[in-house]
Parts: sequence; structure tokens; C-alpha cells
Amino acid sequence: MKRNKLYRNITVYAALAIVSLVLILPFLWIISTSLKGDEDIFTTPPQWIPTDLRWENYSTVFDRMPYIIYFRNSVFVTVMTIIGVVLSSSLVAYAFACLRWPGRNALFIFVLATMMLPMQVTMIPMFVLFKELGWLNTYKPLIVPAFFGGGAFNIFLLRQFFLTIPKELFEAARIDGCSEFRIYWNIVLPLAKPALATVAILTFMFSWNDFLGPLIYLSDQLKGTLALGLALFVGQHQTEWGMLMAASVLMMIPMVLIFFFFQRYFIKGFVMSGIKG
Amino acid sequence: MMHGIINIIRRVYPSYKNKQIFLAFLFVSPWVVGFLIFGLYPIIMSVYYSLCRYDVLRIPQFIGFANYRDLFFDDPYFWKAIWNTLFYTAFRVPLSIIGSLLLAVLVNNAVRGIKIFRTIFFMPSIIAGVVLSVIWLWMLNPQYGLINSALLFFGVTGPLWLQSAEWSKPALILMSLWSIGGGRMIVFLAALQGIPQQLYEVVDIDGGSWWNKFWNVTVPMMSPVIFLWIVLEVMFSFQVFTEAYVMTQGGPLNSTLFYNLYLYYKAFDDFEMGYASAMAWILLVITLIVTLAQFKIGRKWVYYEGDQAGK
Repeated sequence: MKRNKLYRNITVYAALAIVSLVLILPFLWIISTSLKGDEDIFTTPPQWIPTDLRWENYSTVFDRMPYIIYFRNSVFVTVMTIIGVVLSSSLVAYAFACLRWPGRNALFIFVLATMMLPMQVTMIPMFVLFKELGWLNTYKPLIVPAFFGGGAFNIFLLRQFFLTIPKELFEAARIDGCSEFRIYWNIVLPLAKPALATVAILTFMFSWNDFLGPLIYLSDQLKGTLALGLALFVGQHQTEWGMLMAASVLMMIPMVLIFFFFQRYFIKGFVMSGIKG
Repeated sequence: MMHGIINIIRRVYPSYKNKQIFLAFLFVSPWVVGFLIFGLYPIIMSVYYSLCRYDVLRIPQFIGFANYRDLFFDDPYFWKAIWNTLFYTAFRVPLSIIGSLLLAVLVNNAVRGIKIFRTIFFMPSIIAGVVLSVIWLWMLNPQYGLINSALLFFGVTGPLWLQSAEWSKPALILMSLWSIGGGRMIVFLAALQGIPQQLYEVVDIDGGSWWNKFWNVTVPMMSPVIFLWIVLEVMFSFQVFTEAYVMTQGGPLNSTLFYNLYLYYKAFDDFEMGYASAMAWILLVITLIVTLAQFKIGRKWVYYEGDQAGK
């Protein structure tokens, strides 16, 4: 029996190691390429350790592409989107989870149903609308909608979390004459910090990586976000892999950092959304 | 104005606490306003545009169902795009679900250091969009890329991937599998851990094998979660865009001209907004039909604990 368990553990570790290696190799490969000169890049079999480290690849990226400007634009759009989503989706979720009113459940189901709508259906009229408003080439089309509802999925996630807060807390506050807005702001939001963090991080991932939105609305090159800038860069430097991988690593760094700092919120978000549905 | 609204609510719901209802109305109003402006209005306009010739510069010109007729009968690219998208979906969805499920079973083993492995498995899924595309453009390079170098290591000469009409879709499917350790696996893992141990013990008592446990306990108990993710993954796959736009621009020979890529080209390169709107509506109808069909089939294999009425 004990021997059996040993064999089993060895098999498990072997499988874990193989899968990890397969999944992690691309990262090492990209970092390695980003530090190589052409003579090391175009070799078969591949050379994993560069003969000399070409840090210039990174400085070249900054020379050839307004990286700092793109980065700043991306940060601005992402931060504003997160603020809008967190504020408005938590407000709406509060009404669905903590207040009693006629038609509540029916409207909630309707909110969930809107998730089914492909964004392509609304994309063209929205483009026309924003064009009429003179919002093309500004960040408003990317940011303003976030302040209006913050997305059905986020409302759903926060409602699920708010429902776990004991009802007695609200009742006690109400009896003490606390206004609903203060209950929301001073009681529910502080208690829901983990859920809010999850929503913020999922929004970060979406907004930071969003490509179609900036592609449609931002035509001025210097207004672009990192995703847009990188796509443009690929078109211009198709075979300069060392530099392209350096640019990719630079864009990946914020995502990887956020992941390592807030790992548990990533996981929490998926568990919260996936099970109770 | 506010007063008027309160009065209306008072008259409609005399027996409820008026204040609560009014407050609830205030709290949901961001969503309601957002839905009216960024949801309902665009939906209505989209129907209208789909019946028009419209290039944004001149006012829409009503042409009835001509866009739809042209799409169905005169546009080979439309059918090509549908075929490409269905092909991509048909392989990506089952492969990614099975992949995540297997990984979830693997990381469900309570061995030492398992958390580190879960983190490693999750990592690739945080890379998405343009960065993912650029990285894989290099990974899939037929001569010097990692994939073909690895294949060569095992004595196999790899295909041309993105440069061949035959292998371009498989290349994109392969790329999507890099993230099987992400959110989907985490959800499957949580579901696995929610299965009561007694069920497995029953199989043990009956002398069942590993396979019996997996097929008769794990799969039925996880079927609601698996089903939910199949529905989601099909929707995601129908939406594939960025990868094709950045990596192949629809080529070679239109082999990666996916539905949304074609729609985008029609709308924002050719400025045929009416035509593209018609495409969007066809996509919506296809999505609805496929989803409904899945629910219908799902009723046969998805097992809900405590009967259907449970939730």
C-alpha cells in the first residue's frame, strides 16, 4: 500500500513537471530571444543562452516606438475604466442584493441575458454615435460606458458576494437611521474588498489587453494604447524578432507583476463566478 | 422632476415602502441609462442599418433585405468566414475543455508544492490579445520557432503553420491551448473539490476502477460546470478576432478569415456599415440557435443535484 502511494506520487510529480515545462518554455524562449542578436536568433537547433546579451534590443524599442506615451495612455484608459466599473457595478449590485423592490429578479435575469449579446451587434451604431458626438480619437468611447453599469458579469459577481453578507448588519444600520447610500459606502464596500479587487483585476486584464476598442476609436498614432502600438510595431518590423520580443516582454511585465501581487484575487474571481452560476 | 418620479412610483406601488423603491431605482439607474444608450439604442439602429446601404459619410439609404440576400447568395467570403469560424470552434472548444479538465484532475492531487504548480499552470492565461499574438508569431515561425524546433528535436519536420492554408487554423487552435491552465481549470478544480468523497468510496466498495470513478462520479457531478464552460467557450470562439487580425490578416488564401475579422474589414476598411450590421445580426441568430441547441442537448447529459427544481 505504501509502495503504491510512492509510485503514485512519482507519477503525479512527473506529470506536473512535464506540463509545467511545456507551459513555461515559451516564456523562457521569448526572454531569451529578446536578448539575442540576429546571429543567435536564426540558428537551428535554437541557441537558448545568447552568446552575448543584447540589452540594446530593449533600448531600441524605446527609440523606435513612443513606448512611454503608449504606456501612459494605457494606464490612463485602464485606471479610468477600473474606477468606472467598480463604482457603477457595485452600486447596481447593491440594488440587486440588498434592497427589496418589485421586478428585481426579473430585471436581474434580463441583465444576465445581455451577456449573450455579441458586441458586434452594438459596435457599428456605437461607432456612429461616438462619431456624431465628436468623441473619435478621444478616450471617452473606451471609458464612459464603464461608468454606466460596469458590465453584466461584474454586476453578477458582486451581487453573489453581497448576498453572503449577513442581513442583520443592514437591518441594524437601518434601525440606527443610516441612509442606504451610507450602508453601501461604509458597510458593504469595505466588507466586499476582496470581491471588488477581483472585479478590478479582471477589468484590468480586459482593458489592458483590449485591442478592438482602441483600433476602432483611436486613429491618431500618439493617442494609441500599448496593444495598438505593439500591433503597429509588428507591421513595421516584421522580422526583427529580438526587438519584437523585447517589446512584448515590456508589455507583459505589468500583467505579470499584477498577477503575482494579486494572485488570490484572480483565482477567487473564477471560483466565485463559476460555481454558483 | 425627481418629485414627479416619486409621485409616479407612489401611485403605482402604494403598499410598498416608497423610499426603498425609489432608492433601488437610483442604485440601478447607471445600468438602466447605460443599457438604453449603449445597448437598446445601438440594437435598434443596428437593425435599421442592416436594411440600408450606409458608408457613415452619407445618410443611410434604405434597401430592404438586399444586404442579407447578397450575403447568402452572392458572397463566397461570407460562407468561407462561417466555415473557418465553425472549424476553429469545433476543435478549440472540446480540446480546451478536455485539456483544462485533465489539468484540474492533475492539480487536485494534494502533493507537496502543488500550489506552485497551479501558479505555473495559470501563468500563460494572463497573456492575451496582441502580446499573445506577437509571441506566437515567433513561436510558430516554421524555420526558427520554438514549436518546430521542438518537433525537430523529436525527429519530426513541422508544417509551415501560419504560412500554409492547411495549417493556419490548427496553428491558432494550438495557440489557444497554451492557456488551458487558466480560469477554466481553476473553476474545474473548485468543482472537483466539491464532490463528496463518499461517492468515490461507494465505487471502491463495489470494486470499481479509476475509470469507473472518473466516468460515473466525476463527470456527472461536474457536468453543470462543464456545460456552462462549453456554452461560454463556443461564444468566445465565435468572437475570435485579434489573433487573426495581428497574425495573419485573414490569410493565407483566406484560411483564417474568421467571421468577426470579415465583419471588421467590411465595416471599417470598406465602410459598408449596413452590410456589416447585417452580418452582426446573422451572428446573433447563429449564436442564439447554437446556444439553445446546447441547452436542449444539455438536458440529456447534464446532471443537476437535487433535481431541476433545485435552483
